[in-house]
Amino acid sequence: MQRLKRLLLGDQGLVVIFVVAFVLVSVFVPNFLSERNMLGLLQAVVTIALVSCTMMLCLALRDVDLSVGSIVAFAGMVAVMATNMTGSVILGILAALVAGLIVGLVNGIVIAKLKINALIATLATMQIVRGLALISSDGRAVGIDNENFFDLALRSFFTIPVPIYVMVIFFLIFGFVLNRTVFGRNTLAIGGNPDAARLAGVNVDWTRIWCFALQGLACAVAGILLSARITSGQPNSAIGLELSVISACVLGGVSLAGGRATMSGVIVGVLVLGIAENAMNLLNIQAFYQYLVRGVILLLAVLLDSLRSRALGRRV
Amino acid sequence: MAAFLEFRNITKTYPGVKALTDVSFAVPAGSVIGLLGENGAGKSTLIKTLGGDIVPDSGEVVLAGEPQHFTATRDSILAGISVVHQELQLVPELTVAENLMLGRFPSRAGVVEFGNLFSRVRAILNDVGIDVDPRSKIIDLSIGTRQMVEIAKAAVFDAKVIALDEPTSSLSSTESEVLFRLVDRFRREGKVILYVSHRLDEIFRLCDSCVVLRDGKLIVHHETMEGLTRHQLVREMVGREIQDIWGWRGRTVGEPRLSVTNVSGTKLPVPASFEARAGEILGFFGLVGAGRSELMRLVYGADNRHSGEVRIAGQQVQASDPRRSIRAGLVLCPEDRKADGILQGRSVEENVAISTRRHFSPFGVLNKRREADIAEEFIKKLRVRTPSRRQDIVNLSGGNQQKVILSRWLAEKGVKVLIIDEPTRGIDVGAKAEIYEILYGLAEEGMAIVVVSSELPEVMGISDRVIVMQSGRISAEFQRSEFTEESILAAALPDREAA
Ligand SMILES: Nc1ncnc2c1ncn2[C@@H]1O[C@H](COP(=O)(O)OP(=O)(O)OP(=O)(O)O)[C@@H](O)[C@H]1O
Ligand SMILES: [Mg+2]
Repeated sequence: MQRLKRLLLGDQGLVVIFVVAFVLVSVFVPNFLSERNMLGLLQAVVTIALVSCTMMLCLALRDVDLSVGSIVAFAGMVAVMATNMTGSVILGILAALVAGLIVGLVNGIVIAKLKINALIATLATMQIVRGLALISSDGRAVGIDNENFFDLALRSFFTIPVPIYVMVIFFLIFGFVLNRTVFGRNTLAIGGNPDAARLAGVNVDWTRIWCFALQGLACAVAGILLSARITSGQPNSAIGLELSVISACVLGGVSLAGGRATMSGVIVGVLVLGIAENAMNLLNIQAFYQYLVRGVILLLAVLLDSLRSRALGRRV
Repeated sequence: MAAFLEFRNITKTYPGVKALTDVSFAVPAGSVIGLLGENGAGKSTLIKTLGGDIVPDSGEVVLAGEPQHFTATRDSILAGISVVHQELQLVPELTVAENLMLGRFPSRAGVVEFGNLFSRVRAILNDVGIDVDPRSKIIDLSIGTRQMVEIAKAAVFDAKVIALDEPTSSLSSTESEVLFRLVDRFRREGKVILYVSHRLDEIFRLCDSCVVLRDGKLIVHHETMEGLTRHQLVREMVGREIQDIWGWRGRTVGEPRLSVTNVSGTKLPVPASFEARAGEILGFFGLVGAGRSELMRLVYGADNRHSGEVRIAGQQVQASDPRRSIRAGLVLCPEDRKADGILQGRSVEENVAISTRRHFSPFGVLNKRREADIAEEFIKKLRVRTPSRRQDIVNLSGGNQQKVILSRWLAEKGVKVLIIDEPTRGIDVGAKAEIYEILYGLAEEGMAIVVVSSELPEVMGISDRVIVMQSGRISAEFQRSEFTEESILAAALPDREAA
């Protein structure tokens, strides 16, 4: 009992739970382990995964970004419309990235320079950007003229579709950024104690602005891939994405009080969410009940985190 | 006399650390017992078991013969215990009065009667001799004043047992006197007082008995202070001999390194000017609230300057940006380690490397090997007690956190001027000597060092020159040859002109 407790509450507790859940689901849910289902599962989590990488940075700062769902939808619209207009997929992608980056920069500047609380600032941009997505298409879905655009999501190399490669590259990049760069460490330091970080010579404003700018960029990438997968630009896509993404991060041990985050944790968090969703689909559980299950998983994760802090005698 | 408070076989372990091992001792009513030991010896942990903040793995606290099993702070308050923790526990946005009466506001039908609240608190503060307006917000008070407010809390409760964990670590001798009188009064009223301090003078002045902890074990319980010497206590604490802890030696003083002219700000309206030279250790002394820390924060750019100019080796530094100061070679080790020093949730290693790493991180990519080496070097040099350099800094004892923050600045490269605000706040005797030695070494290499301290013996012991501040202005300056306790204190006291 004591050893079990130590295992679950230790640093690798979440990984242990993940492995157990994975084994259980593989045994009890038919078809779960098939190659097709695995690829489907991974493709289903791409949007959440990409956005979680940068949400992790924002949360590590003690901030939060609620505008991610809107940016994903908006960037997707921009990608589709710019592609249609210019006839070039490359230009479409560039336009979407620029759009995402601009929204992110605006978020960052408003939060860092005007000292407006991140929750409020991004609540505002969440609505504004969703509005922009709706206005630009008059509220309707926009189809894609250029066949090449679909390749972004449908093309495979060695049987693995492109978005999964993008996801893995994101994990590698942001794992490196968080653990191996001054930028990543400064982000965590600011989350730990912003005043102390400033007095230690950390450029707090600059770091904040870049975290949000990166968040905008990541959302744009996610938006492009999403619209390629659903073969159109949908102004109403990705509603509520911010909640799934924050759930994944918290599941992955990112502290909402700032200062604590790991890439490996977030990856596990994303996968746990993905597996739960996938298993429920395979078992034909009604959508209504899926909400319940998701909520319960989140509560359990937070509980685990709080038990862990207490076991370590940390003051929260 | 019968024991009123007793610790029985208290043991507490954290991952990798035995904080307390089988600690037992008893204290009679109406007496003050000193708790001594190096940083990380387990003093605060013992006090936390008394306060119900942590539950020991085994053992119990016994009050008037009754074993107690506290699982929360409330339990211990209800049993008549009041604890003033090492790290202050006040709510910064509330007023002094609200903080003192938190949980017991005078109210009618749920509505707080503020008039009543303020007058009651004013009476309490007067009674214990603390000079602060009950209407001021905590956030506007200096850290020393906050500490006094925290201590007043103990008086409000009318507790039977009062534990004070390093209550004087940011008080100067005058404020400390107020505290000592209060402790004397508590003793006369028959209370038990546990008193933690690294300042041995206070232990001799106040305590009837004392215990020494080392590595979580009780080394010795002196039932009386009679016949005890400083020397003996130090040896029992650190387990080795410590010679003269100041160890001051003469140096050649060179060119001005730091020139401050007419600097002022919101909390320091009267412009102040001073100069520090290469190879010099310049002490800043004053009472709590004299404006020393405010001045240093303005010089560093931690707060906005309203006027004035700061030059490092002749080069002017732009106002209000610590990053520019650091690049120009001016660093400040801040006074309030909890608010301005430690990066919560981050490791010891990262807390040390946060600033200096920019010298060896090409294109912003970390050099983990170098960071580890630097952390290990300072852990060894300053005897930081931690199971590993990867330990979260919030798990370290107060004094050990202070050592880590100091290391951050001692590790910084290209420093021309080092300002340290209360360098040895909460640091044990053994490590103090080590830190002074490092400061002398840096000064000999040509650094200008400014030391702000409320501890007069420390200021006199290590400075080449002392500047005294009083009520927000510089009131006097002394060369080492002119140092006397009387003259420095006199310059610091506010009623000097009146007298
Ligand atoms: N929450 C915790 N997790 C891990 N270790 C801890 C925790 N709290 C305290 N410790 C360890 O327990 C030991 C005793 O700490 P304690 O705070 O009691 O020391 P102290 O005697 O009060 O020292 P100081 O003079 O520096 O205040 C230290 O080595 C410290 O690192
Ligand atoms: Mg302590």
